[in-house]
Amino acid sequence: MRFFLEVLISGLLSGVMYSLVALGFVLIYKASGVFNFAQGAMVYLAALSVVGCMEKGAPLWLAIPLALGIMTLFGIATEKFVLRKLVNQPPIALFMATIGLAFFIEGLAPMVFGSDPRALDLGIVDEPIEAILNRWGMVISRFDLVAAGIAALLVTVLALFFQYTRIGRALRAVADDHQAALSIGIPLQHIWAIVWGVAGFVALVAGMLWGARNGVQFALTFTALKALPVLIIGGFTSVPGAIVGGLIIGASEKLAEIYLPPLMESAFGGNFGGIEGWFPYVLALLFLLIRPEGLFGEKHIDRV
Amino acid sequence: MTAPTAPIDPAPTAERYLTINNIEVIYDHVILVLKGVSLDVPKGKIVALLGANGAGKTTTLKAISNLLRAERGDVTKGSVEFKNRRVDQLSPNELVKRGVIQVMEGRHCFGHLTLEENLLTGAYTRSISRGELKDALEKVYHYFPRLKTRRGTQAGYTSGGEQQMCAIGRALMAKPEMILLDEPSMGLAPQIVEEIFGIVKDLNQKENVSFLLAEQNTLMALRYADFGYILENGRVVMEGDAEGLSTNEDVKEFYLGLSSSGRKSFKDVKHYRRRKRWLS
Repeated sequence: MRFFLEVLISGLLSGVMYSLVALGFVLIYKASGVFNFAQGAMVYLAALSVVGCMEKGAPLWLAIPLALGIMTLFGIATEKFVLRKLVNQPPIALFMATIGLAFFIEGLAPMVFGSDPRALDLGIVDEPIEAILNRWGMVISRFDLVAAGIAALLVTVLALFFQYTRIGRALRAVADDHQAALSIGIPLQHIWAIVWGVAGFVALVAGMLWGARNGVQFALTFTALKALPVLIIGGFTSVPGAIVGGLIIGASEKLAEIYLPPLMESAFGGNFGGIEGWFPYVLALLFLLIRPEGLFGEKHIDRV
Repeated sequence: MTAPTAPIDPAPTAERYLTINNIEVIYDHVILVLKGVSLDVPKGKIVALLGANGAGKTTTLKAISNLLRAERGDVTKGSVEFKNRRVDQLSPNELVKRGVIQVMEGRHCFGHLTLEENLLTGAYTRSISRGELKDALEKVYHYFPRLKTRRGTQAGYTSGGEQQMCAIGRALMAKPEMILLDEPSMGLAPQIVEEIFGIVKDLNQKENVSFLLAEQNTLMALRYADFGYILENGRVVMEGDAEGLSTNEDVKEFYLGLSSSGRKSFKDVKHYRRRKRWLS
């Protein structure tokens, strides 16, 4: 039982890390109805900027706002040079544009900051919390716990922002109908710049946490792939959905990794390792069959 | 062919309010839609812009509100003035701040937002306090009590009439002086249309909001409007006060299907008369 709990908790905590990446997707999807293929690349860019600034001699507390500045500039530039030209175009055109953007970042970022993998030290040690270890005998990483706390905070703030502020309402309005939003005087340019800026900020947080754990390297761009099943399960349009989806993916993949192989081996024989790698995608596939809009996704409303 | 022989009653030019001078609109650099349209909306009046499908009503409104650019349309000639100042280069955002707002054809409510949230987005361009925002909401609810009873419903789940009310109410939240109202009757039951036109008239008289109203429902629009312009193929072919237009023989025949011998099926109109157009 204790072992089960330990697996469950560490799964949930790592799920929060997936949620963080998924959150960036949700933000942009909500405000522009576009699946932002470049989100993984943005995570990479953000992490690289932090490391790059630190290599140039900036301390961590300075590198973070600098990286945030880079991400914000990037958001504004994206709006100005990519999105503005594509107002009122079909979503697929915007989607293709984000693919281009992903390649652009993946090429540019290493050119500026160098491409070799580096470590990022946030000053949070990745070791078991002793109090919990002594009391319940469970190994829970301090780093995971802090990361989960940061993610939870970020999500709460963003959810409130979307629901209750003037800008948040405008963001949702723009997501529903660009043209109508334009007609009542909502400046699309500002809104998109804000959204991409916020998505950049989320990418920064995700990039730093992932970078600190796995090292800042090109593979960070693939975190986006792990966010996909999270989005499918949680729903593309829901901030809470991204969190719940992340938790489900994190917990289920760890539990599956531990408990499924013995079952499958006794049933089919042979060797079943590495379930963690594909389990989330199978889960997502099931969700697509049963509940395509995800747990919290908005249903498509059509008047007939 | 025959020129319009109707008594042309030019709109009064006492106070220049919204003035459109000979605008030409081209879509995609090739499709000429408006071929020199001029019209005037005096302050505090309702002006109807009439005409068949494809005559250029919506394009005219979008040329004023500057929503054209998002559709690859361009005003290539002429000018649009509001209170004696050129507004043709302003973004919709700036135009709304100056008091001109468009209610688009087909309502375009934000389906996933509640009706109340829809209304609140309308006040985006105004920097006002929470209290003032609440007052503005109450005012809209006063004119559209039905919106208040359904305030918490997602707009996508409301009826067509409610959505049209929501769209007009949302525009009102911006505290406009002038509303460009595009085809409010589209797809609605006659009773609801009547109700909406009544509210428009009310707003016009009590809140002193001027309207430029594009409508296919000629008879209905002329009943509520002060002046009317008739567009055909991107040109104004007729203009005059509403009463004059609704009693004009040609208008009656071509837009209302009425003639001196009473209501007639279009089928029965003699062939050569049926083909008669003012511009052909």
